[in-house]
Amino acid sequence: MSILVGRGSKVLVQGITGRDGSFHAKQMKEYGTKVVAGVTPGKGGTDVGGIPVFDSVEEAMARTRADVSVIYVPAALAQDAIYEAVDAEVPLVVCITEGLPARDMVEVASYLKGRSTRLIGPNCPGLISPGQCKVGIMPGFIHAPGRIGLVSRSGTLTYEVVWQLTRAGMGQSTCIGIGGDPIVGTRFVDTLALFEADESTDAIVLIGEIGGTDEEDAAALIEKHVTKPVVAFIAGQTAPPGKRMGHAGAIVSGGAGTAQEKMARFERAGVPVAKVPSEIPGLIAAALRKKRPARLKLVSRAKATGSKKTTAVKARKAKAQAKTAKSKARPKAKARSTGKTRPKRAGRR
Amino acid sequence: MNLHEYQGKEIFRAAGIPVPKGEVAKTADEAVAIAGRLGYPAVVKAQVLIGGRGKAGGVKVVKTPEEMAREAGRILGMDIRGHTVHKVLITPSAEIAQEFYAGVVLDRKTETPLLMVSPAGGIDIEEVAHSTPEKILRLHLDSRGLPDYRAREAARFLDPRWEVQKQLARVLVRLARVYRDQDCSLAEINPLVVTKKGEVWALDAKVVIDDNALDRHPDLAELRDLGAEDPGEVEARERGLSYVRLDGTIGCVVNGAGLAMATMDLIQYHGGKPANFLDIGGSSNPDKVTAAMNILTRDSRVRAVLFNIFGGITRCDDVARGLLTALDRIGTKTPIVIRLTGTNEKEARDLLSARGMTALSDMDEAVRAVIARAAEAA
Repeated sequence: MSILVGRGSKVLVQGITGRDGSFHAKQMKEYGTKVVAGVTPGKGGTDVGGIPVFDSVEEAMARTRADVSVIYVPAALAQDAIYEAVDAEVPLVVCITEGLPARDMVEVASYLKGRSTRLIGPNCPGLISPGQCKVGIMPGFIHAPGRIGLVSRSGTLTYEVVWQLTRAGMGQSTCIGIGGDPIVGTRFVDTLALFEADESTDAIVLIGEIGGTDEEDAAALIEKHVTKPVVAFIAGQTAPPGKRMGHAGAIVSGGAGTAQEKMARFERAGVPVAKVPSEIPGLIAAALRKKRPARLKLVSRAKATGSKKTTAVKARKAKAQAKTAKSKARPKAKARSTGKTRPKRAGRR
Repeated sequence: MNLHEYQGKEIFRAAGIPVPKGEVAKTADEAVAIAGRLGYPAVVKAQVLIGGRGKAGGVKVVKTPEEMAREAGRILGMDIRGHTVHKVLITPSAEIAQEFYAGVVLDRKTETPLLMVSPAGGIDIEEVAHSTPEKILRLHLDSRGLPDYRAREAARFLDPRWEVQKQLARVLVRLARVYRDQDCSLAEINPLVVTKKGEVWALDAKVVIDDNALDRHPDLAELRDLGAEDPGEVEARERGLSYVRLDGTIGCVVNGAGLAMATMDLIQYHGGKPANFLDIGGSSNPDKVTAAMNILTRDSRVRAVLFNIFGGITRCDDVARGLLTALDRIGTKTPIVIRLTGTNEKEARDLLSARGMTALSDMDEAVRAVIARAAEAA
């Protein structure tokens, strides 16, 4: 099992006839993702590598009932592509496109309020439930099925950490890149709630970076509502203030949003913070061995406390699973395509 | 993209925000001539893309042409926190009664623009937020922008006089409109003053344009002052690279912004000092790699360069080809340490070893190696 995307997820690709769209549509299909449709206005009736192309998302949805749309259109067209997918009521929209003006996202964020669609991104690598479904641009081969959930604001840094986890025998339930922009559709807190509720996830890796306060919000949520072990890493400790570090959202402004602040906040929440990426697998292993501090048990539910006892067993299973991942061992649990489940706060479960 | 004060003021003026007259001078003679037209007392203000001009002595009130010649001459060419002053703005001095603050920024938390006003103007707003937060009024803007009634609310927070409030409210509505229409990341007036006659003027302008929106504002894109930016950063942008100069000795070339930051951090963690942030992006175009090497090797402080590539969509062999082409073109003697992992790693290693070069596969190992090479080169 996994969160947001699974074996049953049907994916449509907006911008499928473009250079990136066609390349990644084929890559996703090759990975085993059910890519059921593509959309490019004016190219309806054609196909890309056997994937039928439609003129509109509405038409593609009527024909294929996709669960997920992934967007590869240029930045200037991305806002419209998101609107089109939201209006066609696609449950989950993943916007890979980088470089959307912040104003476009202010408008999108306001439009999404009260609507059923969940947006991931923009400016993100997408998400993958290893062995089941890949929606995005990440290299599939570095992942292995397992029980670690991973959420990150970055792309290649995520791959680095995933690769280290996989080599350490720790497969992943789902890895999500939420995007490096100041405004993104899904934030750390949203994904933490999903991982907390997911029975196939034992521990969570959170990779943050400088800028904004989403990491601080995540730490506050973990303190109160997350019973599973979380390990954090924050990039940008050496970033100078006032300079944008590649990502539009990665900027320390007015002394706020520093890596040091974020690391300290996680530590206060009892979340181990890796100083370097290579520490992450060790910290996860230690966190899975160790029981959560007593004060957290006071707020955790009986069910969650119960599941703690089995984590060591689960971790061993995950390890075994990861080892055999290359011989295409797949988790037995039934895949769930859940664009629709959207717990806003973990506490409301 | 940061704009100069004089550029920001032009945008404000066009939007109907009252801005004092002013002209830009590049020499002391020009400054004297402009002040002759505008009248004394005049203010000479350094135009640099960094804050703290006043404290650094880059803003002066002058009363005579002699004083203007002296002060403009002193300010032109001076260094303000690493930025050389090439232009000064000459503007008439105002009789200030009160100084306010008004600014619009993006509030990431609420995902809306945020208007902040404060009666404590003329000083750094972050300082006000820290020491006297009750002196700041925050209004979140929605799809309506700033309705007049809310602008009046903000104006009442600043000044009790209706005649002044009317003017302030008009400025705030227009400031919110500039923020939206020009795709700003920041539109700030500090100070927004009331003169002794009760007139409202924007005495300063700090405007930052969202880089991602420049394509739809070709007029604003033209305002970029290449002379005021770091030459390496200018070249990097032209080549589609994301580069920020730091003050260490170890250059790094990385694919992806997050990994690039983590690489800098790791260099520091292992006892080195990163010379830059550099993201070559998803492309492995040899031209980009060459441009990256050019920028780094031109920086005399750079003692060694680390390539840290995690091949995903970017193929390691493409980057290796780019690097070899770059080395052929520029023939640097700077030691290079290469770390490659991921897609087509083996092909990349073969390409490199044919030229007597090796690549590491572990990031920590590579960082320790480059620090050692930098120490040898020192």
